[in-house]
Parts: sequence; structure tokens; C-alpha cells
Amino acid sequence: MRESIPDLNSGSSSQPLTIKIIGVGGAGSNVVAEMQRSDLGAIPALILHTNSRILNLDTKAQKMVLGARRTHGLGTGGDPEIGRAATEDQEEPLRQFCQGADLIFIVAGLGGGTGTGAAPVVARVAKDSGALALAVVALPFDFEGNRRTKQAQVGLVNLKSAADAVICLPNQKLFHILDEQTPVTETFAASNDLMTQGVRGIWQMLTRTGLINVDFSYLRSVVHDRHTESMFASAEARGEARVREVLDRLVASPLLEEGRVLQESSDVLVSLVGGPDLTITEVNKIMEQLNRRVTEGQLILGAAIDPTQTGCIRLTIVASRPNRDLAGQSVPELSRLSPPPTLKGEIEAPFFDELTVNLSQSRFKAPPPATTPENTELLLQQLNGQSDRTRRHSSKRLKQEMFNLEIVSKGRFEKSEPTIHHGEDLDVPTYIRRGVVLN
Amino acid sequence: MFETTPIVVGLDIGTSKVCAVVGEINDSGGLNIVGVGQSKSRGVRKGEVVDATLAGEDIRNAIVEAEQMADTEIRSVYLGVTGGHIRGLNNRGFHPVVSNDREITDDDVQDVIKNARAINLPAENKVLHVIRQLFLVDGQDGIVNPVGMFGASVAVDVHVVHGNLNRLQNPIRAVKNLQLEIEDVVFSGLASSLALLNNHQKEMGSLVIDIGAGTTEFVVYSNGIIKHTGVIAVGGDHLSNDLAYGLKVPLSRAEQLKIDHGSALVEPEIKGHTITLTNDLGIPEKTINLEHLRRIMSLRLGEIFQLIAKELDQSDLLSHVREGVFLTGGCSRIPGIETLANQSFHLPVTLGKTNSISGLKSALDQPEFAAAIGLARFGSFEMRKRSQEKPGLQTTITQTFKNLFGRS
Repeated sequence: MRESIPDLNSGSSSQPLTIKIIGVGGAGSNVVAEMQRSDLGAIPALILHTNSRILNLDTKAQKMVLGARRTHGLGTGGDPEIGRAATEDQEEPLRQFCQGADLIFIVAGLGGGTGTGAAPVVARVAKDSGALALAVVALPFDFEGNRRTKQAQVGLVNLKSAADAVICLPNQKLFHILDEQTPVTETFAASNDLMTQGVRGIWQMLTRTGLINVDFSYLRSVVHDRHTESMFASAEARGEARVREVLDRLVASPLLEEGRVLQESSDVLVSLVGGPDLTITEVNKIMEQLNRRVTEGQLILGAAIDPTQTGCIRLTIVASRPNRDLAGQSVPELSRLSPPPTLKGEIEAPFFDELTVNLSQSRFKAPPPATTPENTELLLQQLNGQSDRTRRHSSKRLKQEMFNLEIVSKGRFEKSEPTIHHGEDLDVPTYIRRGVVLN
Repeated sequence: MFETTPIVVGLDIGTSKVCAVVGEINDSGGLNIVGVGQSKSRGVRKGEVVDATLAGEDIRNAIVEAEQMADTEIRSVYLGVTGGHIRGLNNRGFHPVVSNDREITDDDVQDVIKNARAINLPAENKVLHVIRQLFLVDGQDGIVNPVGMFGASVAVDVHVVHGNLNRLQNPIRAVKNLQLEIEDVVFSGLASSLALLNNHQKEMGSLVIDIGAGTTEFVVYSNGIIKHTGVIAVGGDHLSNDLAYGLKVPLSRAEQLKIDHGSALVEPEIKGHTITLTNDLGIPEKTINLEHLRRIMSLRLGEIFQLIAKELDQSDLLSHVREGVFLTGGCSRIPGIETLANQSFHLPVTLGKTNSISGLKSALDQPEFAAAIGLARFGSFEMRKRSQEKPGLQTTITQTFKNLFGRS
């Protein structure tokens, strides 16, 4: 695409790095607005939403309402398809914003309409204009419902194929961080805060003068075109034992699944920011510990000094897992379903429709067995020999349906609460449930 | 006022019988059983009180019998509870060490245990026990007592036993109606394990299975701490019921057949054997195939063991059980049950003996009493703890001396 990258690879970047942030959807706008108020305010930012309410947000970031013609500024109603189409209508101004950037962060919350639908389009536009597209996304809480979770998963797959790398924050895991009394608003604030931290960690790593430099070319080599899903975690500690504490906190972070993520990662980017009193021994100690935990992948370290952070160590890591999970799930199918967001207005194949069709097809794979009594009896006898648990279940169900049995009397347990264990009524004699014939 | 030896009473309201055990705490703090009372239980199904009036009568009978035998008056009891609603789970509590020098104090330990207690339970559930397992200091595992250690954070693993509050209230109310005080409510599976296991067995790792009439309780110890507890609401009643259904005999007859001819194993040589049932006049009425009887029992008992084995296997606990499996409860009298259990667990299986108790030895060493004896034992521990914590006026001086010199 753009050929100015090679001279960055040489390591002597004369021109300063251009970083931009795009917040997509409700969650994305909030996070970006938050960032603009913090030390990340210097980064040019753009907020996209289909809902015109974002215009009321008090932030100095640029704002753009998507699909005003389609939605009249009223949002998507949770339909990613509308979010996608609305964004594709406005690719041109988006491209203008992306122009000249080396790295673009795309911040979004997946699961809703705008974030899920628009983020992949934004990522593609960003990548087309020559920048490295890094998406930082939050996945919905379980309590937000099945539909959002499903949409988020599909959105994540699309985003992965569009962006260079996706850094995920599964909100559900926040429950392990927050205590039970946390109000809802704070829970979402914590999620926003973590996304900000993720962006800040990378930003600091790239811009601060370092003890050990990680420049843009490194980041690019780790994430460019990998389409990986990354996790990040960050921890901060001060005081005497800060090295040990910061490591303990990092590894204890539920986002890293008790350190399992580190073990499985293929690339781990470590950003260490300390005050002027950061010593090389401390850096060494941290790296030693991390090296021990990252068994398979390569470790890339950046250590930087922030003059304002005396006495403090902040450790942020971004760990990319190889795309093994993708192979396991039926994701290829999903990504095939979703139209690669290339053609403008190609909306005649809404992928959710296909998805649901597919699901319902699979549901109909097992037709109810024919229920002539003779047939089922025969079937039962065959099944009785098998010890497989699920088979036993189905045989039990069959038995009840077709034998029209003298109902198995539960004798003295008739009136007491049934003992149901993993779906089996243990009050029914074992030999009957197992189909042992007494002759 | 005359000096009385402190007594503790364990009351186990079982599905087939109510059992009260009176224990005396001797000078060295050990437990000496001086009285046992029992009565047939009519108001209990699957370990839970379903008829409070009948249950109350049965409890009174058992208590009266125990009072007569021990020649004492029972005012308070340790009550055993069970039922399919009782669950055990492991939880971990965290607490940051706040003091400047990062030394872990007693207060930190109290706080971390408090944090570990705070688990997310439905409102109608009540925590019965919070059993401390091991501490972690800065992620370092296996610490028995962290007081005095240094660390940034301390965590503790606890085993929490909880159950449905309303259903726990039923036996409590039945006992309180008899003007008896309840010192404490104890999960009966825990009590049985206290009666059966000595420290060595707890250390080595043991699985205690108490198969009663209505419920089966199981407890796993490893390295001296409780790792897992559970209840399955299946027991001897189910065996009788299966037999009544399968052999088409009345429940009372099935019960008797189970006791007379029951076995956990189906030996090949019993093939074709029959039992002839006679009516009151001694006239043959019905013949029953012994193989069928045994097979019905064997399948049911085997299923209980398999359910337990599966549950323990899920948390990979069976590998921690090195000492073996200890069976108790009325159903452990069934011949061949050790062999059957061995087939499910692949561990050495023994019938538990309540040998860590002194007193009416021969009368007591019966599996049905394990829970009640364990309750009395629990009581004696509590009593000792209490007397150490806040010695009463009279006992202060003697206790102090005992504490100083009495340790052997």
C-alpha cells in the first residue's frame, strides 16, 4: 500500500509517528471521549456513531454521525447490518481522516449495532489507507443476553479479518476483578478504563524515549496481517517490592486466565514504563520472570521512562495467541457467511439471516423417530446394550413416550421431592433406568 | 451446687432411626460415651423431616432412652443435618496486607477468612460450615499458618457447606419444640468422618461414605484438610423400594428381604436360587429369584458409588485419596459392599470403625451410630475450644493449670 513504511523499519524514524484513534459506537465514543480528557488527548481522534446523541458528548474529538439518511440519527436498534451499511455510505470522509496515519486504533464495544457492524468497515478503510489497524474491543457481559453475545462473536470474526490485530477485553472476566458490590456504571467504567489502558500501553511504548526501544516497526512485525486475537493486561505497582508486586498482579489478572494466555501466546509485547528511578536490574528481573512464563512464543520488550511517574512501574502486555481457536470452531464458516466488506452497498446477503438459516438447519438434522410401537421397541432393545449416557437418556425418553407404560411407581418416594441428578430421576429403580431385564 | 462433668450430646435424625449419643468429656479432654438412645424414625424422608409431629415423638423417645442410660439430663444437643439440598464448594478469599512492614497479623487472617466466607448464594441458602483449608501468601501455596510471615497479599482456601435455610429449619424446629437447646448444627457427613478417621488417615487422604437409609453423604480428606463434601439423596430406602417394585412384594417384606438375603454382589453360583416367601400360617405364597434380588441391589449400590466417583473425578480428587475408602451408615452392613465399592473406586475399601472413642465399645461400634458419635465428638471439640477461649469464673484457675501442664 504505502511505501513510507520501509524507512521506519530501518529504525531511524526521522518523521514523528502519526497515531490516530477512532471510537466506534456507544462504547467506543465513551472510551475515546475519556481518552481525550486524559494524557492521550494529544492524539487526533474521531468518534463515529449512528446515534446523533454523541454530538452532545463533551469532547474535543471530531464527531461524525453515520448513516444519517438511513437511521435519521436514531441509532441502529442493535442491527449490525445497518451499522455496516451506514458506515459504507460514509467511507470517503473516513478515508480522509485516516490519511497520513501510521497507526490507527479502532475502539469499539462489540455486541450492539454500530460497534459490531461499523468497526470492521472502519478497520478496512484504515488499513486501505496504509495504516496499521489495531482494534481494541470489548465483548459484552453475559447478562447482556444471547443475541449480543452472538453478534459480538460474528463481529469479532469480521473484525479479525479486517484489522491487523484485535485486542479483546471480554467484559465477563471483569467480574473476577471487581468485587460484588460494584455498581453497574462503575463496571462499565472499569471496562472503558481497561480499554484506555490498553491503548495507552501501546502508545507509551511507541512514543516515550526508552531504555529499550520498541518502535513502530517492531509492532508492525508482530501484528501486521496476522489477524490475531490478542489479550492484554496491565498492572501498576509502586514501593519497595514493586517488581514482584507488578508481576504478581499481572499474572493474577483474570484477563490472562491465570497466566495460561502467556503460555500459549506466540508473540508477547511487553511495555514497561517506569519513573526516572527505574533500574536496569528491575527491568532484567521482570523480563526474567516473564521469559519463564512465556514458554513458546517470542517476547518483545519495550522499556520506557516517564518523568512524571517516579517510584512507579507500569507493565502492559499484549499477548497474541495463534489462531488455533479459530480452526477449532466453525468460524471459517462464519467468515464465509459474512460478506468480506469490500464492495459498497453489497448488502443483499445479510449474514445473520444466513446464520440463522444454518442454525435451524442443524436443528432439524435429527428427525423424530417413527413411533410405531414395534419399531421403538426394537430400537430400545438395541439401545439397552449401550452404556453411553446420552443414549440412555434418549432411550428413557423414548420409553416414556411409546410404551405408554404402567407408570413406574416411585413407591414410598411418591410424595417426596424427586432426586434429580444430572437429569436422571434417581428415585426410579436403577435397573429400570438402565434397562436391565429381569426374566 | 455440685460439680458435674460436662456432657455433650449428638443427635442424628436419620431416615430410618433417630439416634442420640451422650458423651462425657474426661479430664484429658477426650470423649467417653456413656449413653445411647435410639428410636425408629417415622417422620423423615431422604434425610429431611416431612412430618414434624412424628419426628418430634421419635426424637423424644431417643433422647429419653439416652438420658436413662447415661443417667443424666439432656439440655442441649449437637444436631446433625443432611438432605439433597446440602452442597459443598471450595472458595478462595483474598486480602491485601496493609501494614507497613508487610507482616501478616492475626487481623489479616481474620479478614481473609471473612472474605472467603462471602460467597454468592441464593438468599434462601445458609452457610453451615466454613472449613479452613490452606493459606496462600503472595501466591505461594500450602501455608498452614501465615501469622508472622511477610507478604503483600494473603489468600485462603475454604470449604463451604451450605444448604437451604427453610429445609434446615425443619429438624431444628422439631428439636426446639422439645425444649432442647441446639448448641450447633453440623452436616452429618462431616460428623461421620470425624467419628471414623484418625489424624493419620486424614493426612494420607481418605474418602468417607456414609450410606444411610435416606441419603448418602461423602467427605474427602487430603493432607489433613477437607477437600470435598457432598450428599446424594439416595440410600437404603431406595434399595427397599427398588426391591418392592422389581420383585412385586410389599415394602415391609422388601425391607426384610434386603436384610436377610441382600448382597451387593451377584455371584455366579446363586444363579437359579430361589427364596420361598411364606404367609403368616407358614404356607408358601410366592417364590423369588435370588439373582434378581441381588442384581437390583447391586445395580443401585453400584450406581451410588459411580455417582460419587464421577463427582470426585471431575475435581481430580480420587488421586489424593491414598489411605482408602471408609464405608459407614446402615447400608455398609450389606455383604460384599466393599468389593463393589472397590470396583468403582479402585482403592482399598474398609468398613469404618469408630475406634477413636472410648466408652461402651461393643455397643457402639456399629455403622449406624457413626454420625451421632461424630456429632458428640464435634461437640467435644467445640467445648474444648470454648473453654480455652473464655474460661468461666469457676474453671479459670484449674483450666489455666491444665493448659500449662495438662498437655501430654
